Amino acid sequence: MKNFSWKLILVFTVIVAAVVYVLPTFEPGLWPHKQINLGLDLQGGMHLVLEVDTAKAIEGQVERIAQEIRDQLRKERLRRVSLNRIDGNKISATIQDPQTLEKFDALLTKDFDFLKRSPRTEGDASIIILELPESEAENTKKLAVDQALETIRNRIDQFGVAEPDIRRQGEKRILIQLPGIKDPDRAKDLIGRTALLEFKLLDDTGDVNTAVKGNVPAGREILYQVKEDKDTGKVTKLPFLLKKRTLLTGANLTNARVDFDQFNIPFVSINFDKKGARDFERITGDNVNKRLAIVLDDTVASAPVIQEKIAGGQARITGDFTLEEAKDLAIVLRAGALPAPVNVLEERTVGPSLGADSIRKGLISMLIGGVLVVLFMIVYYKGAGLIADIALILNIILIAGGLAAASATLTLPGIAGIILTIGMAVDANVIIFERIREELALGRTARAAVDAGYNRATLTILDANVTTLIAAVVLFQFGTGPVKGFAVTLSLGVIASLFTALVLSRLVFDYILGGRKVKTLSI
Amino acid sequence: MRFIRPDINIDFVGRKKIAFILSIACIAISFLSLIIHKGPRLGIDFAGGTLVQIRFASPVPIDDIKSGLATIGVSKSSVQQFGQQTDNEFLVRTEISHGSDEGFAIGVKKALDSINAGEVEIRRVEMVGPQVGEDLRKKALFAMFYALLFITIYISGRFELKWMLSGVVAAALIGAVYVFNLFNVSIPFLIGAALIVSLVVFWFLELKYAMGAIVALIHDVIITVGIFSIFGKEFTLPIIAALLTIIGYSLNDTIIVFDRIRENLKKYHKKPLSFIINRSINETLGRTVLTSLTTLMVVVALFVLGGGIIHDFAFALIIGIAVGTYSSIYVASPILLAWQNRGKK
Repeated sequence: MKNFSWKLILVFTVIVAAVVYVLPTFEPGLWPHKQINLGLDLQGGMHLVLEVDTAKAIEGQVERIAQEIRDQLRKERLRRVSLNRIDGNKISATIQDPQTLEKFDALLTKDFDFLKRSPRTEGDASIIILELPESEAENTKKLAVDQALETIRNRIDQFGVAEPDIRRQGEKRILIQLPGIKDPDRAKDLIGRTALLEFKLLDDTGDVNTAVKGNVPAGREILYQVKEDKDTGKVTKLPFLLKKRTLLTGANLTNARVDFDQFNIPFVSINFDKKGARDFERITGDNVNKRLAIVLDDTVASAPVIQEKIAGGQARITGDFTLEEAKDLAIVLRAGALPAPVNVLEERTVGPSLGADSIRKGLISMLIGGVLVVLFMIVYYKGAGLIADIALILNIILIAGGLAAASATLTLPGIAGIILTIGMAVDANVIIFERIREELALGRTARAAVDAGYNRATLTILDANVTTLIAAVVLFQFGTGPVKGFAVTLSLGVIASLFTALVLSRLVFDYILGGRKVKTLSI
Repeated sequence: MRFIRPDINIDFVGRKKIAFILSIACIAISFLSLIIHKGPRLGIDFAGGTLVQIRFASPVPIDDIKSGLATIGVSKSSVQQFGQQTDNEFLVRTEISHGSDEGFAIGVKKALDSINAGEVEIRRVEMVGPQVGEDLRKKALFAMFYALLFITIYISGRFELKWMLSGVVAAALIGAVYVFNLFNVSIPFLIGAALIVSLVVFWFLELKYAMGAIVALIHDVIITVGIFSIFGKEFTLPIIAALLTIIGYSLNDTIIVFDRIRENLKKYHKKPLSFIINRSINETLGRTVLTSLTTLMVVVALFVLGGGIIHDFAFALIIGIAVGTYSSIYVASPILLAWQNRGKK
């Protein structure tokens, strides 16, 4: 019985391997340290897909370039050039006289040669349209997504989530999975806010009221301070007329932390790096007695009056923060601003209680369904049914082992896949048993009937399972999240049931029939 | 124990006319329902929108929830009972996908806190933006398409043992899809076209088994989709998974009957095909009934005990298994017969 022994070794090896892989899931720390992970739908958590608004990143870069050109123009005392950002990502320069045009051209060639220039004339004036070249724009977009990914990772690390999964998806999407998160809305807010911190001067000469009516002077803008009454929930918006020019941004921060004032009200204290500290000292020194607005994502956080020159590179952001808000603000300022705003494209949040419910209900269905099938098989096929039942139980162990070995994620549809497998796995045995019964009815001996049954049924079983496997593999390719989990367990189930029916239960029959002369078969 | 006696001989083939009328009627009703409801009802996975699952500590009339939600201006939302009556769980759904502004879930919670119905728990939030909805729709349809493509190729190769022909079928399908793609047609149309092309190819290449299997499979999917439409159930990602599983399962049954027909063709080569088909169906009947039974057992357990989230998925499987079993007996095999009679007329 040479055939018999290598099969026995194979079956034994497979079962032991499966058990070894399954154990660490129940006893963490055991070799081979592979576990079945629970999907977010089972352990609770948040799944987010964000899209980085890369067009905004380009606009931001173009705006910065325009600002640099303006600074250069001021240095070179070229006054008769007006610069405007048009179409979001282009700069239009209007030059009135030929002399200036020449100098401006020279300046562009010297410092901004990377920009694509398309000149034309309009009456007396010359207009030069400046544009980022395609490759540069692509690079900016790519960098924006990379940087956003890094920043979000930093924020989540500081927020404290165990085993977050943050990855890039496609060109400009970011997939975030936060298992077991307690406060999904807070996390979403923390991840999604741009956190662009800007310092801008108030325009105290202009009139806010006329500006609010739509008459905003050139180089100025209206931003609001939003206050929410903590008791009534009433929101008030206070307008400020600001100079558009940004004096300093959060990019020059080294640290941000929560502090408390003498009334025990939290504020965020920030530290600038060397350049930031120097700039801050100059800005405050130049503008004593003027108001400096601290702007966060285009909303005025506060606008204190500068009392004196501030050296040392420290500043504080006050506002009506709760402790939680202040903490989150400190986190986002430390982690840095997102290079461009992000939009939430998809959100799926499952509370921990629902996840636990799903596990419980899934396991109960599996148990009841499984017991029904096991009992049915014994009643219907007696001894042979018992063999099928052993195969079935091993089947489930093999699926679990396969899941652990692949470090796959078990989801609720995944559990459904296992349940479905329990129903379908006995099919292979049913085909074989029915065949054996037919052969027995033809008057063959037990041995001959079993052999004929297996020989004739094997191809049919393979055929029938390949189609399910095709469906499962396609589903795996195209499915997302929980559905992928279903594809995994279904494929594993199909493969495991082929193995248990064609190899394992055959082995048991061979063992029963081997040696002794068996006349009758319990089937 | 035995449900099906070994010498059973039911005249399945003789009832093929009744079965034919029944199938056509079911398909017609399915299409009618789809037309009346203006296509399948898409869940937020595909249509985009926001869904919030909430649970109250004590029973709350659904009208209270509706009027509570009206106060925060999410009146364009629908509220429905979820799971069992005693769970006090509800689904609130709106078509709008709230992207970056304050979450819909927070708004719902605030509104429901104000109706004084006791503690409200937000158990699940799903928001799918229009872009992602469209992506998922495409993905789902592509999954259906590729599953059908591979299965078609496998069947035409395996059943007739003519892998060359299967290559021809594959080439014809891929060519047809490529040509249709040039005209930028929508994916449902593409799937329909691919199916028609494969049926035509089967017809001309005389791949009768493949023809029978594919017709049975289309039959099962249409009726499952139709019943979903009649019950007003939503199509979500898991339902697509269920449909693909049904495709696999339906074929599974068909293949087993067909295998037996092939075997019996050799055994009784002097008997007419109708006799052989009927005999093959009867011989495999025990297995067909048994497997359907064990599979139905577990799926019904899942349907009853699995909870609200997996409910519709289990429902789709129950229908699919029932219809799939019926079609492998009454749809796939009679097509073989129709094929043979084709020449005589």
